[in-house]
Amino acid sequence: MNPAAAPRTFEVRPSPDAADPVHDGSLLEVSLGPQHPSTHGVFRMDVVLDGETVVKLKPVFGYLHRNHEKIAENTSYLGSMPYTDRLDYFCSLTSNWAYALTVERLAGLQVPERAEYLRVITAELTRLQNHAAVCGFLLQDMGALGTPLMYAFRERERILDLFESLTGARMMCNYMRFGGCRCDTPPGWLEQARSVVTGFGAFLDEFEALLSSNEILLGRTQGIGILPRELAINAGISGPMARASGVAYDIRKVDRYGIYDQFEFRVPLGDHGDVFDRYMIRALEMRESLRILGAALQRIPAGPVIDPKAKLRGFRPKPGESYGRIESPKGELGFYLISDGGPNPWRYRIRPPSFINLTILEDLCLGRSVADAVVILGSVDIVLGEVDR
Amino acid sequence: MDAPDQIFVLLKHAVVSWFPTPVQPWISAVLSIGAILAVYPMIFALTTVIERKALGRIQNRPGPNRVGPAGFLQFAADGIKSLTKEDIVPRAADSVVHFLAPLVVVVPPLLALAVLPVGRNMVALDLPETGLLFFLMVGTAVELGVFMAGWSSHNKYSLLGAMRAIAQLLSYELPLLLSTVSVVMLTGSLSLNAIIGHQSEVHAGVLLGWNVFTPWGAAGAVLFFIAALAEANRSPFDLPEAESEIVAGYFTEYSGFKFALFFLGEYLGLFAVSGLGITLFLGGWLPPLTVLSWVPSWLWFFGKLAVLMGIFIWLRGTLPRLRMDQLMRFAWQFLLPMSLINLLVAALWQYSTPWPHLLRWLPAAILFGIPYLLYHRAFLRQHPPRTYRYAS
Repeated sequence: MNPAAAPRTFEVRPSPDAADPVHDGSLLEVSLGPQHPSTHGVFRMDVVLDGETVVKLKPVFGYLHRNHEKIAENTSYLGSMPYTDRLDYFCSLTSNWAYALTVERLAGLQVPERAEYLRVITAELTRLQNHAAVCGFLLQDMGALGTPLMYAFRERERILDLFESLTGARMMCNYMRFGGCRCDTPPGWLEQARSVVTGFGAFLDEFEALLSSNEILLGRTQGIGILPRELAINAGISGPMARASGVAYDIRKVDRYGIYDQFEFRVPLGDHGDVFDRYMIRALEMRESLRILGAALQRIPAGPVIDPKAKLRGFRPKPGESYGRIESPKGELGFYLISDGGPNPWRYRIRPPSFINLTILEDLCLGRSVADAVVILGSVDIVLGEVDR
Repeated sequence: MDAPDQIFVLLKHAVVSWFPTPVQPWISAVLSIGAILAVYPMIFALTTVIERKALGRIQNRPGPNRVGPAGFLQFAADGIKSLTKEDIVPRAADSVVHFLAPLVVVVPPLLALAVLPVGRNMVALDLPETGLLFFLMVGTAVELGVFMAGWSSHNKYSLLGAMRAIAQLLSYELPLLLSTVSVVMLTGSLSLNAIIGHQSEVHAGVLLGWNVFTPWGAAGAVLFFIAALAEANRSPFDLPEAESEIVAGYFTEYSGFKFALFFLGEYLGLFAVSGLGITLFLGGWLPPLTVLSWVPSWLWFFGKLAVLMGIFIWLRGTLPRLRMDQLMRFAWQFLLPMSLINLLVAALWQYSTPWPHLLRWLPAAILFGIPYLLYHRAFLRQHPPRTYRYAS
């Protein structure tokens, strides 16, 4: 008889640690992920449950680790640009920009004005599609069967179409270069972008009218996953998550990188720091992005899109170090580079916002139920490509 | 007796009369059982396709449109697929219970459907004394199947789903029962045929006396269908199988045709409980107006069922899910008190028969309006409107 087919009996073995409540059976240890419908990729939450209440939660990541930083130290500066697309695969253009910004600081390159405008336009479009998709995914985690998500994805498709006609790719754009952008806009692109931006406002009105006052949504999100202001600052949380906790910190205002000082926009702040505030801050930020986009698409000047003196081949910045950071849709995205004068960086380090925002997950989830833990994770807005690198 | 209305009854009588008298009751029973086994799974098949297409439309996508005309043979493809898939039983599972659970989920709704009158003289099993009681008793058996599935799978998600299911189904059983009690009170009978007969009196010459046209009937119908959604595990009460939280709940470890059986059982349960709601509140197979009585009675029943299914699909496509504690609080703190109030309203309606019609609605409006407003105020106090400031 095949031993594998023999009937097996399962008995409760004596626990290695009799005092451990997981082993005496009063608590339940569940591994949510890495294959789970709502862990947003290959992310795992090791949760210990008392009934349905989370008493312990350990975020486990690294399933998508692909050695990005070490590879970049063995590749030319430009060779890393396509890799940055894969960091936050929802927002490749902002990752491109953060890397380009850092290298430009390292090498002292200037960016033509039209390229700066194109960077602002593509970054804000990225923010729009990211925030819309996150709000949709959040509702999906709440069990809304994908309807809000599909509404958000309909708008996202229009923005991805813009990216495709501008850069040739929908998600892996690889668009920025040191000293500018890879190519100019195709004919009619700006008009198309204007119409997308106009339509997005109507979409946002509809989305909010349908969702922001829904009783189930209010009941599921208000008072859930509260992140206190002090903890947000101490843990280094950034982006919409920090602003929902009342931390007035937006790199676009703090650093005024690129040409953000030329645009009028406000930074919305929440007072409660719960899931609902994180959702609403994203909705309000989308409206501010629309203002920036409206102005940028109107004022964009003619001219070159890349510094003609910028070298693409044989690029060797002088020895030194630089840290560049931008406000990516998920928070502060920073790149730290050290050059020894060679063709590839001596040290290449990324500060990914969703990785750092994820570290406080246990503080948000303790004492809440499994259903809340899933919603809280959805409100953190993670992309595993960036968390694991 | 007009032909289209009674066509199925006449057909059955004709077939039965071919056989010798001693076997005629058996033939009659087999035909009735066959009709139930054929019709409702067919409606289930159609409903799955229509549901997927409707959800697709709600979500800006076409839905299934490849198999057969406009995708309407999708159910056949799904059925073949689920039949040919490997049936995996986890090694740690209790294989006997694991095998029995899908059957225990499918059989009770079929039994319950047998007592539902789907047209004039069209009821498979007429229980003149205990029809409603039989229905509710049989319906409770589904909970056993759900728990068997969750327990025997030896899976943590299944266990969580089964725990949720038991809590939810037991809690919502109560408002479901209490909302039917008002109908029994005013009809004075547990027979489903008598309840339909009671709704057939004509008001103002045209309108039939469906229970839903009275205050206790309208409130009872709303309470009943909310509880029915929860009993049938439909969105927004689909917590026992909440995909985003516990993967597939109590049937996580089922594959192949057993998995399909859970779906079949769930939809049959939904048909059964909707059919009961139609019988109790929406006049069963009766038309709403006397001028429409030329339409066959069975068309009315299935038409009402189709409308209710449409509403349930619509809800599923648009609402997020409640959390477990909110779900329980909703059952015990809102539905249960409201269904008790409904009993009072029904009694008042009965004893205010001599009053003018509008005046009879007044106590109901007060008795329902005040608690509802109080609940609404409590919700607003918990969730006050928020304003957002901007960084200076």
